[in-house]
Amino acid sequence: MTAAIQFVIDVLSLGGAYALMALGLVIVYGILRLVNFAYGELVMAAGYTLYLVGGSPLPWLVMAALAVAAAVLTGIATDYLAFRPVRTKSVTAVLITSFAFSTLLQNAAQLLISPRPRSIPLPEVFSDTVTVLGVVTPARNLITIAAAAVLLALFTLAMRRTILGIAMRAAATHFTMARMLGVPANLVITTAFAISGLLAGTVALLWLGRIGTVVPRVGLEPLLIAFIATVIGGMRSLEGAVLGGFLLAFIDTSLNYTLPQDLLKFRDAFTFSLVILILLWRPAGLVRGPATGQRT
Amino acid sequence: MDARNLLTLLVLVGSILLLALAAELLEVRLFVRIVTNLFIMLVLVLGLQVFMGNAGILSFAHVGFMGVGAYTTAVLTIPVRMKGMALPDLYPLVAGLELSPFMGILAGGLVAALVAAVVAYPLMRLSDAAAVITLFALLVVLHTIMLHWSAVTNGPRTLFGLPRATGLGLAAAAAVLAVPLALLFKESRVGLLLRSSRDDEVAAAALGARVPFLRWQAFVLAAFMAGIGGALWAHFITSFSPKAFYLKESFVILAMLVIGGPGTVTGAVAGTYIVTLAFESLRALEAWLNRAQIFAEQVVGLTEVVLALAMIGVLVLRPGGLVATREVGTWLLRRRSKKGDAP
Repeated sequence: MTAAIQFVIDVLSLGGAYALMALGLVIVYGILRLVNFAYGELVMAAGYTLYLVGGSPLPWLVMAALAVAAAVLTGIATDYLAFRPVRTKSVTAVLITSFAFSTLLQNAAQLLISPRPRSIPLPEVFSDTVTVLGVVTPARNLITIAAAAVLLALFTLAMRRTILGIAMRAAATHFTMARMLGVPANLVITTAFAISGLLAGTVALLWLGRIGTVVPRVGLEPLLIAFIATVIGGMRSLEGAVLGGFLLAFIDTSLNYTLPQDLLKFRDAFTFSLVILILLWRPAGLVRGPATGQRT
Repeated sequence: MDARNLLTLLVLVGSILLLALAAELLEVRLFVRIVTNLFIMLVLVLGLQVFMGNAGILSFAHVGFMGVGAYTTAVLTIPVRMKGMALPDLYPLVAGLELSPFMGILAGGLVAALVAAVVAYPLMRLSDAAAVITLFALLVVLHTIMLHWSAVTNGPRTLFGLPRATGLGLAAAAAVLAVPLALLFKESRVGLLLRSSRDDEVAAAALGARVPFLRWQAFVLAAFMAGIGGALWAHFITSFSPKAFYLKESFVILAMLVIGGPGTVTGAVAGTYIVTLAFESLRALEAWLNRAQIFAEQVVGLTEVVLALAMIGVLVLRPGGLVATREVGTWLLRRRSKKGDAP
């Protein structure tokens, strides 16, 4: 029984983080049909902001807010520098600019800060453990679950009830039509990048809370996770991204529990191969999005 | 092959031979090394051009196949007496094997092509972003395997003991062969059909093009060239670790192709020349800055920052790269005929 509860908590906390990561990626993809390779660098930006303000006497929550703000700003900067100039050109061109932008940010961090890991300030809560239903688990797992639940609820509400949210969903369904009906394209896209940054920044706090340090390459793993989760879930659907995140966490955790030690180091290879199999079965992902619209 | 393509071939191969000759005559060790490395990169970039230029799909897996080639030749050619030290857990079946580096390089290309043929067959059905992401996932899978299959790759540690077999001559020969290969593929029936699917997938499929199969052929050829390039590189550098076949290397190769122009063989060659020149000068600058200790900390990453900016700049100003559509032969002939027409 305790093993089962342990498993559920592991899946939910990992899945919550994965779902937020995937959602941040898919919100941009859904509208622009463009993959943001620089997404992981949003996590990195939040991490380095935490490190830079780490020495100050500010309360941790203020530092965290600054870190999230930095991720949001980096997200908006991605739009202006890497996407807007080439948005109307080929898909490949945008993929490459975002990949180049990602390399640019990583190496800028290497050049200006340091290639070595830097420790970030974390509140006490993150290293505590609590007992739930007879299971001892790190408190940050529960924080992750709570944060994911709150953010997902808020996000759903915003997408369904606010005008901007409805405009964004319209743009995701059929961008040209939405524009003709008066949805301002640039505003919607910039908002999408800002939300992407907000989600990435929050994930960064939870994710880096596990590691405790930040390095220039820290964004790679969240990026891969977000990629895989969105591909499994369906690139065009917000619900699909969340589903994909939880499913990926389920697969990862199950492999962690069942694979023998000497195969465990190949876990990523197994996960990614599974993804390839899922794509063979359903090339559009598990959840079909709205009918494809022309981008831009 | 018509006059335009022959002229293109002549100009590109001529430039390679000229460069090789210059390196041979100058006999400056650093320059010879840079040119040899450039020729190896040329094989890799042309391989990427075969797939990316014709199919229009960005492939991150390319560098993974470079790694497959490099490790294949390593396992086959490291001298038997060295293998006990370099790869103590190697399977007995191959542990006693010691092929000549030339055979090893060829095997590297073939194994890479074989892996690509098996893995990629289902993947080629995907287009656009889904294809790019799965090929990215494929790179991660290949990297994970290289990182952890200790028996064959020595794990994340450096693998050493390969015979130094790639000299200026061999690298130049490979580059000289790679150019017509890429050009012939581009102008072949498969290449033409593939390019039509790149421009409009639905229309091409409606006209009867088997798009996934066409892509698969290009992908296997690209992986073969990547494997050869990786194996050549392995015999040039003689010791390496899986790190060498990941995102940093991908970025450099991609930068070469994108800046030059993925649509043309001329672009791939020109991009390799230009980026190598920029890369080596920036690296020299970085080394100089570090030696002069102008800054308190070591300067790392400057090269990549400048390259990334150049890439974004090229894509904004000339999305097709420097040589977007017209091969150098076509361009030269047009110029001549224009001059001829003028009174």
